[in-house]
Amino acid sequence: MMVTGVTKRIAAIKFAHLSPDEIRKMSATKIITADTYDDDGFPIDMGLMDPHLGVIEPGLRCKTCGKKVDECPGHFGHIDLAMPVIHVGYVKEIKKLLQSTCRSCGRLLLTGEQAEEYRKQRDKMEELGADMLDASSVAKETARDASARTSCPHCSTVQLKITLDKPTTFREEGHKLTPKEVRERLERIPDEDLVSLGMDPTVSRPEWMVLTALPVPPVTVRPSITLDSGDRSEDDVTHKLVDVLRINQRLRENRDAGAPQLIVEDLWELLQYHVTTYFDNQTSGIPPARHRSGRPLKTLVQRLKGKEGRFRSNLSGKRVNFSARTVISPDPMLSINEVGVPVEAARELTVPIHVTERNLEKAKEMCKRGPIPPGPEYRPGVNYVIRSDGRRIKITDKNAETVAETIEPGYVVERHLVDGDIVLFNRQPSLHRMSIMAHEVRVMPYKTFRFNLCVCPPYNADFDGDEMNLHVLQSEEARAEAKVLMRVQEHILSPRMGAPVIGGIHDHITGSFLLTYKDSTFTREETLRILEKIGEADLPKPKVKEGVERWTGKQLFSLILPSDLHMTFKASICQKCQTCKKEKCEHDGYVVIRHGRLLTGTIDEKSVGAFKGRIVDKLSRDYGPDKAREFIDKATKLAIGAIMVRGFTTGIDDEDIPDQAKREIDDAMTQAKMKVEEHVQAYRRGELEQMPGRSLEETLEVEIMKVLGKARDTAGQIAGRHLGLENSAVIMARSGARGSMLNLSQMAGAIGQQAVRGERLSRGYWNRTLPHFQKGDLGSEARGFVRNAYKSGLTPTEYFFHSMGGREGLVDTAVRTSRSGYMQRRLINALEDLKVMNDGSVRNTAGTIIQFKYGEDGIDPSRSVGGDPVDVDDIILEVLGDQGELIAKVQEKGALSYGIQDRDLLETPEEGETETEEPEFEGGGGSEEM
Amino acid sequence: MAEEFNVLEHELVPEHHLLPEKEAEKVLKELKLTKDQLPKIRLADPCIRALDAIAGPVEEGMVVKIVRRSSTSGVSVCYRLVIRG
Repeated sequence: MMVTGVTKRIAAIKFAHLSPDEIRKMSATKIITADTYDDDGFPIDMGLMDPHLGVIEPGLRCKTCGKKVDECPGHFGHIDLAMPVIHVGYVKEIKKLLQSTCRSCGRLLLTGEQAEEYRKQRDKMEELGADMLDASSVAKETARDASARTSCPHCSTVQLKITLDKPTTFREEGHKLTPKEVRERLERIPDEDLVSLGMDPTVSRPEWMVLTALPVPPVTVRPSITLDSGDRSEDDVTHKLVDVLRINQRLRENRDAGAPQLIVEDLWELLQYHVTTYFDNQTSGIPPARHRSGRPLKTLVQRLKGKEGRFRSNLSGKRVNFSARTVISPDPMLSINEVGVPVEAARELTVPIHVTERNLEKAKEMCKRGPIPPGPEYRPGVNYVIRSDGRRIKITDKNAETVAETIEPGYVVERHLVDGDIVLFNRQPSLHRMSIMAHEVRVMPYKTFRFNLCVCPPYNADFDGDEMNLHVLQSEEARAEAKVLMRVQEHILSPRMGAPVIGGIHDHITGSFLLTYKDSTFTREETLRILEKIGEADLPKPKVKEGVERWTGKQLFSLILPSDLHMTFKASICQKCQTCKKEKCEHDGYVVIRHGRLLTGTIDEKSVGAFKGRIVDKLSRDYGPDKAREFIDKATKLAIGAIMVRGFTTGIDDEDIPDQAKREIDDAMTQAKMKVEEHVQAYRRGELEQMPGRSLEETLEVEIMKVLGKARDTAGQIAGRHLGLENSAVIMARSGARGSMLNLSQMAGAIGQQAVRGERLSRGYWNRTLPHFQKGDLGSEARGFVRNAYKSGLTPTEYFFHSMGGREGLVDTAVRTSRSGYMQRRLINALEDLKVMNDGSVRNTAGTIIQFKYGEDGIDPSRSVGGDPVDVDDIILEVLGDQGELIAKVQEKGALSYGIQDRDLLETPEEGETETEEPEFEGGGGSEEM
Repeated sequence: MAEEFNVLEHELVPEHHLLPEKEAEKVLKELKLTKDQLPKIRLADPCIRALDAIAGPVEEGMVVKIVRRSSTSGVSVCYRLVIRG
């Protein structure tokens, strides 16, 4: 059965060294031969594959504990080293110890009082809650202080300088210290002095950092693989141990036979090399040990370190069951909190149902259907039944009936997914909490996951090949928690800025624009076509004109607003006129909603869009997430209905402008070119007036950039005069659906100056950008000005310059993503264990305070209004009704006279929002993988 | 420089107050904290050294109250434990 609650709590973890005695004591067998198997394929006793070390072959029993394959955890063996060798992992500590203790008496090179002083400091720090880092820094300080001494205060021996010859050779004034000598010195350090140096002598002695016995890990840690051909292939660690054994053997033989000192020393060094690479095969300063094929061996440290190491890939991250991954595609008919799951996946993913008396019959019926229930309709079947004793029975077509009969309360039935199940849906990279949200299942035909388009922004998903993951929750607690905290509607308001991240995109915005702009009206048939999408039955009262019934789009949109909604704001199409005409705006950009009726204004990005939708914002705040979800569902369906009734398309002829306009643009460009030429001439003649803080050359560049920038704007304006709201591309740009007027003026007017690092192009050939130009030409064409538009086509040189500018953008995004990814990782590592406690303080797992009150004001940013705890204007409006607006007007005047700007977080990004478009590529799925 | 510069008078440095032992205990009781759970500040911190000159000797284990202007809550109060170093 499942265990709930904390059963054991870890109070402390202590790390210590293994002593040679302990190594031998825990060893199941001594290893002496370098051979693994004999000719018959049986493991050799006292070899590296000794059966005492554990079992890896099924059917056999462990010679140490007598258990079978999965029961025996494996047992360590050991190798007795002929000569001691230094453990690479501890060279730093050994160096510290050698330098801070006396070479003859072994005492710490500090007087008694000094040592006492440091010890007191440590105790005091511990009392005040210092962490490990602080404590070790005191030890380090002690060591530094001690090693600065040139003679021992206890026995007056003059100390010689000890250096480390990386990775494992110690020298004393150039004279080599053998590991044996090092070990002898470490042995001399008394226990009392070790405490000052940050070691606990009750559990670890420094001489244990020089190895005399080497533990041999159990075979379960280094299993050998039998290839199809019948050959055995050993693990890298086994290979390395073979090397150690072989050299150890030779060293012992030579030493015992009284071989010359030189030979023994060489072998000793070789043993040191093998033991070193056994621990870490990437030690700097020595060549890595290689496999016969030339591949470097993966030894102990390599198993643990890095992204593919044990920690990051097996302990911090795990592969899980009850999950699915497939390509995603859109389905506008699903609600935003649903996800379409393919039948094939739904039959594989299961939910455990605990059988009780009340659901017994249902469980039996489901089980009877087996793993693949027949029939054209999707009905949930059962893959496994878990009996009360914990045995798992796989259901097949054959045993379905019989197992179904045995089901009784206390059993668990693993049922297929059905509509309405709560699952978690995720898209990598999971950068914020909206990257994993809970959806309700809709089992559907075909093989992709499907979801509503409004949920694309929080996942940052598109459908160019993106894949997403789905996880089925396995317990009631998890489902309840997900339902309360993780459902899509709970995430409409983002904690980033207290504004919605979920809302209409692209066609939804175009559609609602077409529906509500000015007095667009619809016939009875059109109206019904639009309204059938939201299932609204009651038609509002039509406006009758010349005997024809017509419904205004504003009427239709009002149908989905709550009847007590009052709002006033400016739409995206607002032209930001000098004096706002409010309700009488000729662009229909002033949105007024009273009593749930849209009186004036156009519904566009500012009303329903993701990130900016004011109505979505207000609804989810005041009416709750469920109402907001309903609104988004209906508003987008309405918009889609409207866009389908009217029809909407865009193409290159949307950027067509009359010949007259083309000539005007050409004239403007020629004039700009001449003006640039004038500036250059003035510069050459030395008549250019230098700007303060700039060199003459910089002044010229600034002037030229100014002229050319203006030229592009003029071209855009000329083109814009011929691009009205009857133009689809303009509708998209102005309503905020996609693209900007700048994009349009670059397509129809002129592309303008290309830049690298914010400057005109200047590099390439000697004193010129391309060989098509004179050396030293500073004119507009020679320095990357593109006078053509995308529509009219670029000249070859212009095309080249445009590519230069474009390349910079690509490199920028590539660098940005990799850098910000690493930054995110470090940030999360630092913050992952912080949480807000019930008293509002932010603490880590140790209970130490990080912040006395979350954000200093204790406000949940996702419940805030653009970061503020309360929306004062909204409350005034609510309390005073239309009167409030009068007051707001008075205040506005007052505020302006004090020069205080109306601060609205949602509006601020508007001006600066030249958000560089991420370049998108076909089949993005491939490059998405990180 | 003729006059010694006092960091506590700089506009970017928040107010630091040394809490008497009794008051410190009261604060800790109120917040249900032990001393080791407080954020730390080093004795060598310029603010603590300045405080030492003004409000009397500051020693390891004392609690300092810091009041700073906050963009979210107007004024925010926090406490730090003085540690060695």
